[in-house]
Amino acid sequence: MGMLSPGVIWLLLFFLVPVLILVKASLSSTPRRFIPPTFSWDWSNYTAAFSQYQPQFVRSFGYAGTATILAILIGYPLAYWIATQGGRFKNLLIGLVVVPFFISYLIRTIAWTSILSDNGPFVGLYRLLPWVGSDGRLLATPWAVIGGLTYNFISFMILPIYVSLEKIDFRLTEAAADLGSTAWHAFRKVVLPLSMPGVFAGSLLVFIPAAGDYINTYYLGSAKTTMIGTVVQDQFLKQQDYPQAAALSMVLMVIITTMVLIYSKFLGTEGLAV
Amino acid sequence: MTMSGGAAPPVLVETPDLDAGTGGPQRIQRRWGRRVLTGFCVLVFLWLFAPLINIVAFTFNRPLGRRNLTWNEFTLENWAQPFKDVTLTSAFLRSLLVSAVAVSIALVLGSLMAIALARYRFSGSKVTEVFLVLPLTTPEIVMGASLYQLFLNRNVTLGFSTIVIAHIMFCVSFVALTVKARVRGFDWTLEDAAMDLGSSPWRTFRKVTFPLILPGILAAALLSFALSLDDYIITDFTKGEYVTFPIQVNNQFKISFPPQVNVLATMILVVSVLLLVLTSLREDRSSVVGR
Repeated sequence: MGMLSPGVIWLLLFFLVPVLILVKASLSSTPRRFIPPTFSWDWSNYTAAFSQYQPQFVRSFGYAGTATILAILIGYPLAYWIATQGGRFKNLLIGLVVVPFFISYLIRTIAWTSILSDNGPFVGLYRLLPWVGSDGRLLATPWAVIGGLTYNFISFMILPIYVSLEKIDFRLTEAAADLGSTAWHAFRKVVLPLSMPGVFAGSLLVFIPAAGDYINTYYLGSAKTTMIGTVVQDQFLKQQDYPQAAALSMVLMVIITTMVLIYSKFLGTEGLAV
Repeated sequence: MTMSGGAAPPVLVETPDLDAGTGGPQRIQRRWGRRVLTGFCVLVFLWLFAPLINIVAFTFNRPLGRRNLTWNEFTLENWAQPFKDVTLTSAFLRSLLVSAVAVSIALVLGSLMAIALARYRFSGSKVTEVFLVLPLTTPEIVMGASLYQLFLNRNVTLGFSTIVIAHIMFCVSFVALTVKARVRGFDWTLEDAAMDLGSSPWRTFRKVTFPLILPGILAAALLSFALSLDDYIITDFTKGEYVTFPIQVNNQFKISFPPQVNVLATMILVVSVLLLVLTSLREDRSSVVGR
């Protein structure tokens, strides 16, 4: 398999081997500061990961989960509208969904800080809401972070759902209507089940990058919204506490890989490669 | 991420005109439902484009302080001097270089894998496919962190080459899966036919196989280039002293956010949209010829 091997070797060397090194690092310990960690089956990094960094884990999965649900609620109707009402503008409309993602993710997020800032156009309107005081803020809140995550990854939701809706023969809903089904009933019993693979694939593709992200919370959040990505980045690149950071990464990876394996067991890997 | 719908499924039937004939409470209800849906989608598009409008509008802003985040007054100055900020421009050129090198290598490795996987059934092909998907479903921070550990253990100095290695890694999977999705259902007997007619294997590849997989490769190239150019997290862990565009924007954000960032971003946007339009025109034409 000469054609396959260069790519496989690359992935072995620069994906699999590094992950194994990370596993090893996560079980190492540093007896004193500034001494390279040694491998010692030290599980304390894992117990610390759960005891010390539980709030960050809870926040990461909570924010990512909420962002995923919002992405479904916003993305599904849009994909459905384009697939059923787009007509000859379908490809153009799907193209428009992708256009925002040609601008750097970082710059888009910074643009949101400008839009949501205390000098921005919307904060005044927000403060008029009865339950918000005159010092209400949009920026530096958990909802700003969740909004940023939803915004930045929503195309990964819209595209797979659109692909799965495009495959549906909409004569089926006609048939359902002919047999006396209401529009909603036909949608729920025919279209929705057939588009579920797209929803599942999209959910993984939004949840995974959102759970490991640290850019959105850095720009749109505050010290109270730090996520597990923030901690891992800080531990690796600033504190240089490698064993602890490796253990945190491994926990994140194991949880997510379990989700992916369950997914691919039932639905295959096809849908993830949109 | 097949944005321009290379494999548009055949339209089986025109969407029936559900509005034909009026009356009936159900039809009216359905029409209202559709109006609400359309209104909702217009709002979603506004939301999707809000940061873009902000970015483009602020290219025409004369910033008050060092950060171009609050509207002050209209000016064309920023467009007159798009490359004024030298550190920013050079970081941008470095990013282009990283992406060009990484994507070129990933295209070769990934396309070969895609052809092998689409064409031959062999033991272990299922495992290879799962293995290919894993880099796309692993959080970037985990891949960045693990590469960082690898390079640290081997005493490799972080810089241009380590960034390129990392970018090739995630682009390979992406290219392989995108190209594979497009060559599925491709008629491989065409190759046999060419060879039966006396064509050499290399000529067969050049004249038959390559033109057929080219649209898939182009789409993969465009998308992986965009992914690589935009990458922040993996680059953060493998960069060393080599500063790419997103890293530079982040590094100087605390001190300054010059309007040239917006100008450069707007340029990327315009070029990408043009490329998108061109490739989708090309695909429309080739699909017409194909039929």
